[in-house]
Amino acid sequence: MLDQLSLLSFASGGWGQALLAGALVTVSLALACLPIGLPLGLLVALAARSRKRLPRAWATLFSTVFRGLPELLTLLIIYYGCQIAAQKLLAALGYEGEVLINTFLAAMAAFSLVFAAFSSEIWLMAFKTLPKGQLEACAALGLGKRTGFFKVVLPQLTRIALPGLSNNWLSLLKDTSLVSTISLIDLMRQTNLAVSVTKEPMLFYGVACLVYLLFSALSGRVFALLERRSNRHLQGARP
Amino acid sequence: MSLEQLLAYVLDPDLLDRYGARFVDGLLVTAKLVAISFTLGALLGMLLALARMSPSRVLRRLAAGYVYFFRGSPLLAQLFLLYYGLGSLKGFWQELGLWWFFREAWYCALLAFTLNTAAYQAEIFRASLMAVAPGQYEAAKALNLKRSTTFFKVVLPQSLLVAIGPLGNELIMMIKASAIASLVTIYDLMGVTKLAFSRSFDFQIYLWAAVLYLLIVEVVRRTLKHLEARLGRHLN
Repeated sequence: MLDQLSLLSFASGGWGQALLAGALVTVSLALACLPIGLPLGLLVALAARSRKRLPRAWATLFSTVFRGLPELLTLLIIYYGCQIAAQKLLAALGYEGEVLINTFLAAMAAFSLVFAAFSSEIWLMAFKTLPKGQLEACAALGLGKRTGFFKVVLPQLTRIALPGLSNNWLSLLKDTSLVSTISLIDLMRQTNLAVSVTKEPMLFYGVACLVYLLFSALSGRVFALLERRSNRHLQGARP
Repeated sequence: MSLEQLLAYVLDPDLLDRYGARFVDGLLVTAKLVAISFTLGALLGMLLALARMSPSRVLRRLAAGYVYFFRGSPLLAQLFLLYYGLGSLKGFWQELGLWWFFREAWYCALLAFTLNTAAYQAEIFRASLMAVAPGQYEAAKALNLKRSTTFFKVVLPQSLLVAIGPLGNELIMMIKASAIASLVTIYDLMGVTKLAFSRSFDFQIYLWAAVLYLLIVEVVRRTLKHLEARLGRHLN
């Protein structure tokens, strides 16, 4: 038992540091998907509500494709697709050689698209619960389209969408484990390496599961705080 | 460029001839994997949901812990934990006479998928059981129905109607998640795709797989929507 625990230590011979580094890659990959995924999802939702037919069709296509494809397949398609496209492009320009796409960027692109597709559904649902009177009030106050959206509509949307987005975030966090298949050294990949060296699969995969659980629990806490904060106007005065 | 040349970019007849049959096999493996694990997961999930609502605190805690673990960690890690982790205890399983089970990637994948989907389905069933109005229980009691009759004839049919939407979503998630089985040497649709790509280096193979997955998911989604509307037709 003590032998096994020493395998997890941070000293030399222990895998603690490697696992920690992998966990950091996992978290930073998941976080890196948010700045693209969230606005893109909102944009898709807006397109789906548009009066014109073309944006609506694009939005439907986007969300059907990226919600319907297995995440693993999306990842591989983007990774190999970008690689082959870059190779062909460079070959046309006269460069003959191996082209390797940065795995982190490819994974980020793939998961951002998936996150955007799933969150667009959440935004759409939030739009439906927004009372029509809010938009009419905006018009009555003579607020510009932009002001109305950013100061009136978006804050309320965010509050309603928060629980759904929290679910999406949790699945994103778990899906990032798939990047180990395109050899990005995340938590899962480090665990695989540790297992292949130490021959202790039970211990290391168990620890990996627990680390993911810890991340889920932490994000649960953060989202609970955010939800409380965004609903603070609904709570009565505390005694 | 003629139509035939254009078609060769997305559906090369030569490639189709070589790998078409394999794709059909892969599709069948995926279907079998999802069907078996989803059904077993539904049974286990129902038991878990009942355990989570039982009067016994120990049972409630255990079920909640199970659900928390399997929903909080990635399916990939769970699959590796079962296949490589439990597979490493060879002596132990041989003594129990269960080695044939944990030796095979197929059974391990089935087990991992069943355990995983059971956790998600338990939450769906619990929510749907709680959605049944308390008056229904009281009415069943007033009619002096047995507990089993109350559950199977009164509560379950009503709660399943609520559950069918989320269950459909879970089925679609399972179809998508089944691609992960390809990582433990199972030749499902994804496994076949990776094999064919590693031999031919033709990118269109991935596009075939994408179209197939999209088709399956769309067909399942529409069928379920139809079914839901039909089962709930007395409500509107």
